[in-house]
Amino acid sequence: MTEATAVTHNKPAKTRRGSNSWWNAVLSSPSTMIGGGLLLLIALACVLVPWLGNMDGYTTNTSAMLLSPSAGHPMGTDNVGRDTFTRVLLGGKASLTVGISVAAISGVIGFVVGLYAAYYPKIGYLLMRICDGLMAFPAILFAIVFIGSFGQSTRSVVLALSIVFVPMVARVVRSATMTNMNENYVQVLVNLGSGSFRILWKNIVLNVIGAWIVEVTFVFADAILVEAAMSFIGAGIPQPQASWGNMLYDSRTYIYSAWWMTVFPGVALALTVFVINMFGDGLREVFDPKRRR
Amino acid sequence: MGRYVMKRLLSAVPVLMIVGIIAFALSHLSGGDPARVVAGNDATTEQVEAIREQMGLNASLPNQLWTWFVNMLHGDLGYSYILNEKVTPTILSHVFPTLSVALFGELIALAIAIPLGVLAADKHGRLADKIVLAFATLTTSLPSFLAGLLLMILFVLQLKLLPASGFVYPSDDFAGYITHLILPAVSVATLQIALISRMSRSSMIDALGSDYIRTAAAKGLPRSKQLWGHAFKNSSIPILTIVGQSFGELIAGAIVVETVFNVPGIGQLVVNSILRRDYQMIQGIMIFVALVFIIVNLITDVLYAVIDPRIRERSF
Repeated sequence: MTEATAVTHNKPAKTRRGSNSWWNAVLSSPSTMIGGGLLLLIALACVLVPWLGNMDGYTTNTSAMLLSPSAGHPMGTDNVGRDTFTRVLLGGKASLTVGISVAAISGVIGFVVGLYAAYYPKIGYLLMRICDGLMAFPAILFAIVFIGSFGQSTRSVVLALSIVFVPMVARVVRSATMTNMNENYVQVLVNLGSGSFRILWKNIVLNVIGAWIVEVTFVFADAILVEAAMSFIGAGIPQPQASWGNMLYDSRTYIYSAWWMTVFPGVALALTVFVINMFGDGLREVFDPKRRR
Repeated sequence: MGRYVMKRLLSAVPVLMIVGIIAFALSHLSGGDPARVVAGNDATTEQVEAIREQMGLNASLPNQLWTWFVNMLHGDLGYSYILNEKVTPTILSHVFPTLSVALFGELIALAIAIPLGVLAADKHGRLADKIVLAFATLTTSLPSFLAGLLLMILFVLQLKLLPASGFVYPSDDFAGYITHLILPAVSVATLQIALISRMSRSSMIDALGSDYIRTAAAKGLPRSKQLWGHAFKNSSIPILTIVGQSFGELIAGAIVVETVFNVPGIGQLVVNSILRRDYQMIQGIMIFVALVFIIVNLITDVLYAVIDPRIRERSF
């Protein structure tokens, strides 16, 4: 028992040192810093600019239809006279909200599933077969069928995509946990009489969290892409709410006459996902000591 | 070899069952009444009752699951009450254009991504490597339908080089078939290029660091032979794996891209079914794609054994 307490007492110091070296690695990784910084900038712009500027992306205006970019409308107007710049920002808010929600939900569930699937191989086998089954469905088709059953709303989109992305997170967490299970320190903890809860949530967690954060970042980016594709074929976030996919859906009829309706939301979408992927690639280098060198 | 194939086939059975249960649960465990959803908002109570009886919804849930599962194994993916057609033949009649786009896209992706990956591994850590990695991140971030829209603006509107949309069957006009496929296929290829070039880069880096390459270099074998003759052969399995695993996304990409270029494939069927609220059809398509995905992965598993004799040996 005393030994067990001694181990506990050693933990905090080690944790702090660990997170410090991660933090230093983040600071010295240009793609993490630039990607993260730009992502923050995009998120702030999408949330704050429409709010501060009191901008309106919904009122239609028949006297300002399909205007090309100008000083008054830096990204032009769409087929019903709404300002594209405002809608790009509002669309960004919607897309980022969906992405963050999906990353958070599937991240947490996937983490728990992956951790226990590795710790209890028998439950793990069953859980992983369910994951295999889920992964056989393309995300977009699964989400469309889900919406067919549960109704078309932003909440359905988030729920459907969260279910689809749980296996991706769970697989990564499971394999990282399994690598740790073979380490001596886990055997030592078992011999010291530590329970599974303690070993999993106080010790293994710290060694798995890096891989998990990286995977969740990529889920964030993927969720935004799938949501955009769903909205683009008319089965995502319900119209007339602004989202990049919805704007691209609207733009298709006018692709020959109003290129700005396609290019601006499209570039915003690609740029945002690029920035998130850059951030994720940077994090992967930070958390993978083999690559850090 | 035969036993290896059998083992792989058997391992697909639980996945197949899970796929069936998930798809079944998706339509039967929702809050609403499936018969009501199928009948639409305008249907009378009697119509809904008739459809409920026809769908077998009055049977117990395990019974329904069993019937449904047996039907699925017989290739019956359901009935569209909106089109009054069986789902499976309708899907099959839309497969060819989608498959054309997907396979043509995969070929383009392989032709571009493998040389890029090998080049990056050869120049590991140098400028060419960094450019390839940046290019891969860029193509992962560009959804295929957006690539399609942008390519359309560029090649159709500005350069006036390629046909804007539509699909021509090869039996009618082979040249037209190819020219109509180029833009959709390139759009679909974007994500695949990213995945395949990353995978071939990392597996080539591993292979190039191994002893047999050092030996090959020491005996004076030219670099190109070291790369393609020795290292590439050994890194082809991870590349094959990623091709198999990303097949679902390839089809999903083709489905969305089709709607951009007006290709009359499964994607168009999906979009029309969404407009018609024909979720039976979409569910059938979802299961169909999942089944194809499982089959493709079985084939790649078997190909491992063809490429690498050690895998064949190990399974005995």
